[in-house]
Amino acid sequence: MFNNFPLWPERASTIAGNVDALFIFLLIVAGMMTLLIFVCVIFFAARFRHRAGVPAEQIDGSTPLELTWSVIPMGVFMVIFVWGAVVYFKERTPPRDATEVYIVAKQWMWKLEHAEGQREINELHVPVGRDVKLIMTSQDVIHSFYIPAFRIKQDVLPGRYTVEWFRATKPGTYHLFCAEYCGTQHSGMVGSIVVMEPAQYEAWMSGGQTGPLSATGEKIFSELGCATCHRSDTQGRGPNLQGVFGKPVLLEDGRTVFADENYIRESILDPGAKIVNGYKPVMSTFQGLVSEEQLNALVAYVKSLSTAKPGEPSTNAGASAAPPQAKGSQVN
Amino acid sequence: MATPNGPQGERENYLNKEYGPASWLLTTDHKRIALLYLLSITFFFFIGGFFALLIRLELLTPASDLVQADTYNKLFTMHGMVMVFFFLIPSIPAVLGNFLVPMMIGARDLAFPRINLLSWYLYIIGGVMMLHCMLTGGVDTGWTFYTPFSTAFTNTKIVEAGLAVFVAGFSSILTGLNFVVTIHRMRAPGMTWSRLPLFIWAHYATSIIQLLGTPVIAITIVLVAAERTLHLGIFDPKLGGDPLLFQHLFWFYSHPAVYIMILPSMGIVSEIIACFSRKRIFGYSFVALSSIAIAVFGFLVWAHHMFVAGISIYAALVFSMLSYSVAVPSAVKVFNWTATMYKGSIHYDAPMLYAFGFLGLFTIGGLTGLFLAALGIDVHVTDTYFVVAHFHYIMVGGAVMGYLGGMHFWWPKISGRLYPEGWAKLAALIVFIGFNLTFFPQFVLGYLGMPRRYADYSHMPEFQILNVFSTAGATVLGVGYLLPMIYFLWSMRYGKPAPDNPWNAAGLEWKTPSPPPTFNFDEEPVVTWEAYNYEELGDIPPNAEAAGVR
Repeated sequence: MFNNFPLWPERASTIAGNVDALFIFLLIVAGMMTLLIFVCVIFFAARFRHRAGVPAEQIDGSTPLELTWSVIPMGVFMVIFVWGAVVYFKERTPPRDATEVYIVAKQWMWKLEHAEGQREINELHVPVGRDVKLIMTSQDVIHSFYIPAFRIKQDVLPGRYTVEWFRATKPGTYHLFCAEYCGTQHSGMVGSIVVMEPAQYEAWMSGGQTGPLSATGEKIFSELGCATCHRSDTQGRGPNLQGVFGKPVLLEDGRTVFADENYIRESILDPGAKIVNGYKPVMSTFQGLVSEEQLNALVAYVKSLSTAKPGEPSTNAGASAAPPQAKGSQVN
Repeated sequence: MATPNGPQGERENYLNKEYGPASWLLTTDHKRIALLYLLSITFFFFIGGFFALLIRLELLTPASDLVQADTYNKLFTMHGMVMVFFFLIPSIPAVLGNFLVPMMIGARDLAFPRINLLSWYLYIIGGVMMLHCMLTGGVDTGWTFYTPFSTAFTNTKIVEAGLAVFVAGFSSILTGLNFVVTIHRMRAPGMTWSRLPLFIWAHYATSIIQLLGTPVIAITIVLVAAERTLHLGIFDPKLGGDPLLFQHLFWFYSHPAVYIMILPSMGIVSEIIACFSRKRIFGYSFVALSSIAIAVFGFLVWAHHMFVAGISIYAALVFSMLSYSVAVPSAVKVFNWTATMYKGSIHYDAPMLYAFGFLGLFTIGGLTGLFLAALGIDVHVTDTYFVVAHFHYIMVGGAVMGYLGGMHFWWPKISGRLYPEGWAKLAALIVFIGFNLTFFPQFVLGYLGMPRRYADYSHMPEFQILNVFSTAGATVLGVGYLLPMIYFLWSMRYGKPAPDNPWNAAGLEWKTPSPPPTFNFDEEPVVTWEAYNYEELGDIPPNAEAAGVR
């Protein structure tokens, strides 16, 4: 019945070691503090137990002692805080050239799509030793994408993208949980992360491919007529999208925003929210006209216009040649 | 001093002054209202406990076999709502606070006796609404009401449950208001701020949170109800709202609410440790001010519930650091209680055993809070059983242990009877062991990655053995909580009559007869001594033992 009784979770990502190290440090600190208090309480309770005729000795207090046991814990807490913050920064900052997987959560399943076009449900295949960035959104309520063996978790919200990343270190199959309560079958919203050796992964990848996600995006882009305005020169009614992604964008109201996934998403669903300097708010919303999956494909396409990575298919002949322009080169 | 009431010719007290339902339901006596609260919160405690029992039984096996997923989701939701809003928040303030605050400062009653009664009626109305909601279907959002699940997706009775919490919230606000005014305006001559018992300081800090925090949850719940019925677009991104706004508003109250539960318990522990060490509390002013510090800092840490919710990295940094600042005053209290015992004359009566239990459980609960405030670790353990274990150590281990300690300590004053000491010690031991057996395995489960609020864990059967420990512990804990109810009831009829001050304790509440007369003091007391003047009082006298106390 209990053939398997673990006390420590598997450690299968680069970040897991950092989290465990801090956790062990905290176990030691907390263990010592617990021991100190328990030993004092038990020792005092035994040593100073009531004896007839021996009155208690009244002690009013001691400011130096109060300061000592305020300042020393505060110092220890600050060490924990800084250490925790360093680990968090690492967890929250995806490397730039990470492989991307788009995830759409819904009650009660995970739909995943690799940038290369592979689709999966409740399963994610990844190679060992490669940075993987998850770009996630939800079709309905809040979910949370949690992989205990990697020590990472991020809530997945409707109406925006959240990201998390990892680099797996050990082949194997690991739990994937939804960690934010999401309704009746919350506990059924589980799956597996399959970490494979690179060669195995390539073999898995080459089966049943539908073409890269950005190519799907390009198809949607032209079907929806986006290219009518977002032309690859500066003459369109909307900004040229070449080289936009990952760059700061100057807006009509003088602000500058960073063109990330959420910015592209917002520009499609709520075009009037941020108008690029030099353009008019003429675009209508695509809210309700594109599904979350189509949005992901569009975002992947716009991103592909800014990447000249080798191996990444360039979907537009002029994409890598066109220099990013300071003005008017943005999604509107 | 020790003048037990004879069975015949009892002197008039608040219990025997009047009889009949009206004398209770229309009373404005803070002591009678405290007893009304005691009955009502005990009722809700056992309802919440029954839900907990079903939850633990379901988790005994990985598959969801005892109840369906929908039922399980409602069980943990109703367990949370009942325990938080209808037991923990009112527990100590509305029962022991109501009973003791006026007596401890030498007042005849609270500043607004009729508002005090009104607050009980609001509590009861809210409670009846919650019961009705449960009996006609219940709610399945978790006690946290997270949007947009609560506003746009679930088909359960959100609006009704929300209104129940809303109404009960006003009961809490009015109690806080009453305490603040009473403590400011009705202290007896000579009862300066620096002479106040620490129980009063703790309740003062609690009342500030109740007054400032509760309106925020009230309006938030109204917004949820409005969004659900009118589709306003405040929290639902489909309508242009922001689901994180809800979480900010919710935790702005619900984090400080934890301090509503634990601060009064800390106040009780200060009283008990001083009395059974026969000593003035070590570092009085530091213990007093740390309560205020906890109340103030407690309002600045809410977003530590949201480190993986999608807030910015920099916001997370600020809230992590502030969370550590609230840990310092809590640590200061623990150190001062420990230091109070140094060179004391320590008695092991039942209330002291509960205080020991509080120290142990609160220390573990507090220290595991350090893990959760550390950003890098929180990402892994938030929304797992690690969190569940942590907050139960604080809110049940800490708060309820203190509550039970206080009930034993002041039971002779409240009822005029002595409880059976041997049973009380046994119950303290059972609660401590049962509690640790229930919740310690959950820390391990959490670090292993078991998410909370899972009806079914058949995908990860490796978690079963720890869940079996936890369920076994819950059974023991249940016995530990039932025992005091049984022997308290028993003692009301069969317990030995209590002397006025069985512990020879400091504090004005012990200078009145047990049970006290309606207006507490025959003449207004004049305070000429410092708090915890145990040097003058000396030991717990042997005549108390003769009276059957120990």
